[in-house]
Amino acid sequence: MIQIEKLRKVYRARGREVTAVDGVDLTVREGEVFGVLGRSGAGKSTLLRCVNLLERPDEGRVRVDGRDLLELSGGELRRARQRIGMIHQHFGLLSSRTVAGNVAFPLEVMGVPRAERAARVAELLELVGLTEHADAYPAQISGGQKQRVGIARALAGRPKVLLSDEATSALDPETTASILELLRDLNRRLGLTILLITHEMDVVKRICDSAAVMRQGRVVESGPVRELLLRPGSELARGLFPLPEPVLRGDTTVVDVTFEGESADRPFVSTLARTYSIDVNILGGAVEDIGGTRIGRLRIELPGPPDVNAAQLAHLREAGLTVEVHGVAGDAAGAGDTATEEEAPVS
Amino acid sequence: MTWDEMVPLLRQGTLETLQMTVWSTLFTALGGILLGVLLVLTDRGGLLPAPPVNQVLGVIVNIGRSLPFVILMMAIIPFTRALVGTSIGTQAAIVPLTLSAIPFYARLVETALREVDPGVVAAAQAMGASRVQIVGKVLLREARPGLVAGLTVTVVALISYSAMAGAIGGGGLGDLAIRYGYQRFETGMMLAILVLLIALVQLVQSLGDLAVRRLTHK
Repeated sequence: MIQIEKLRKVYRARGREVTAVDGVDLTVREGEVFGVLGRSGAGKSTLLRCVNLLERPDEGRVRVDGRDLLELSGGELRRARQRIGMIHQHFGLLSSRTVAGNVAFPLEVMGVPRAERAARVAELLELVGLTEHADAYPAQISGGQKQRVGIARALAGRPKVLLSDEATSALDPETTASILELLRDLNRRLGLTILLITHEMDVVKRICDSAAVMRQGRVVESGPVRELLLRPGSELARGLFPLPEPVLRGDTTVVDVTFEGESADRPFVSTLARTYSIDVNILGGAVEDIGGTRIGRLRIELPGPPDVNAAQLAHLREAGLTVEVHGVAGDAAGAGDTATEEEAPVS
Repeated sequence: MTWDEMVPLLRQGTLETLQMTVWSTLFTALGGILLGVLLVLTDRGGLLPAPPVNQVLGVIVNIGRSLPFVILMMAIIPFTRALVGTSIGTQAAIVPLTLSAIPFYARLVETALREVDPGVVAAAQAMGASRVQIVGKVLLREARPGLVAGLTVTVVALISYSAMAGAIGGGGLGDLAIRYGYQRFETGMMLAILVLLIALVQLVQSLGDLAVRRLTHK
């Protein structure tokens, strides 16, 4: 639904050049929720604004629903934008218009006749649960309600794609949850493809089917969320299951074990301890529900250095677990930016 | 001077002042908004960036604002005469009044438009709005409280300028104040004119404030 190829955007100001987006490839499939995760300044906002050409990229291609946006004329681009919804961190509502007036705005822009407009506005307000607040002004409603207005407005042109620019970053956790739920619901009911950017791990965890992690203008990893979490060295996994840098003593083996679904239900720690008659020390861990699947990560410590634990590690791998051994080259998650080497774009 | 002698003069003067103020306000609002919008649009990073045009407009506005009204009024007499056929009277005074108020109001319009949340403009662009739609439906509409507040300030300035216009035959309350209050030492007349002018300014300001409150939804 959205194809981004070799996208580059450079900002020039007073002789200085800042590369905000540095050769990004990204594909968002139809009907999925795709999250781009990154810290502020990672270039994700610029990337998103390049998708509807609020920013013009210096290089690369952007295709939405099969159309190359960079080849469109001014008028064609405006019509294409009417079919791409966008919601914003600070909502971007017109303070001088009521809730209904704000939702009517894109319809006016599109030239929808007045009578039809009223019916469509009522429909959209019902969709986001704001019918009662139709006559309120933005200043009179809460942040969560404002974002609902933003969503209703974004859907006015019956878009196939919705772009979300940190839509929940200005909201409290509870409101965030309800907005994410609404987005998830719209994604399922309307088959809406959603590309969102966020700095909140939680957003990716709650609603994204696929994700990409951005750092310094580049995508450092991307793919289906489940796959990323199981991938050794994944930044996403490290962010979702935060474990401190391990203390390596040399006479023990520190192992991060990632498990999902069925393997999460099996008592692998006690099985391991019993089979090899060893003491297994649990250092930390967490379990999360990702799109209905339980995924967890546990850090355990086995007696003896890694080379004497080969059989034990093989046992864990055979049980269908993802195993990362710390302090061993080529295998460790803690060995730094191993993830940067695998810039595999999703195809 | 008796009260009965003063009343018809004051009525006439007030009418002339109102006439000058209302017409010049009307033309100033049109010209000022047009110029203010152009200043914002043509600015670097605006919707229609054209830095050279922007600089030329800026210089014109600054020149207009740096000329004292009395001097501008006399300097453009040939222009006024060409436009309305005469250089004296209330009709003629409307020309310099408008010309001096447009740059003043244009700057206030510019400031009001810049106050509009750029996020709202970006949102409108993302919705596929054209430049004309953004100016009309977003910028001018969102800036209405600021535009009205600025216009109120401008009208008050126009009332005071119109008194100066009286000095060179523009008529109005200023003309009365000079001929009766100043040259003939008619203190009663002077006081009555002062009261009228103060009342007029208060009225304009109150109406303006009321309109701003009505238009603000923040």
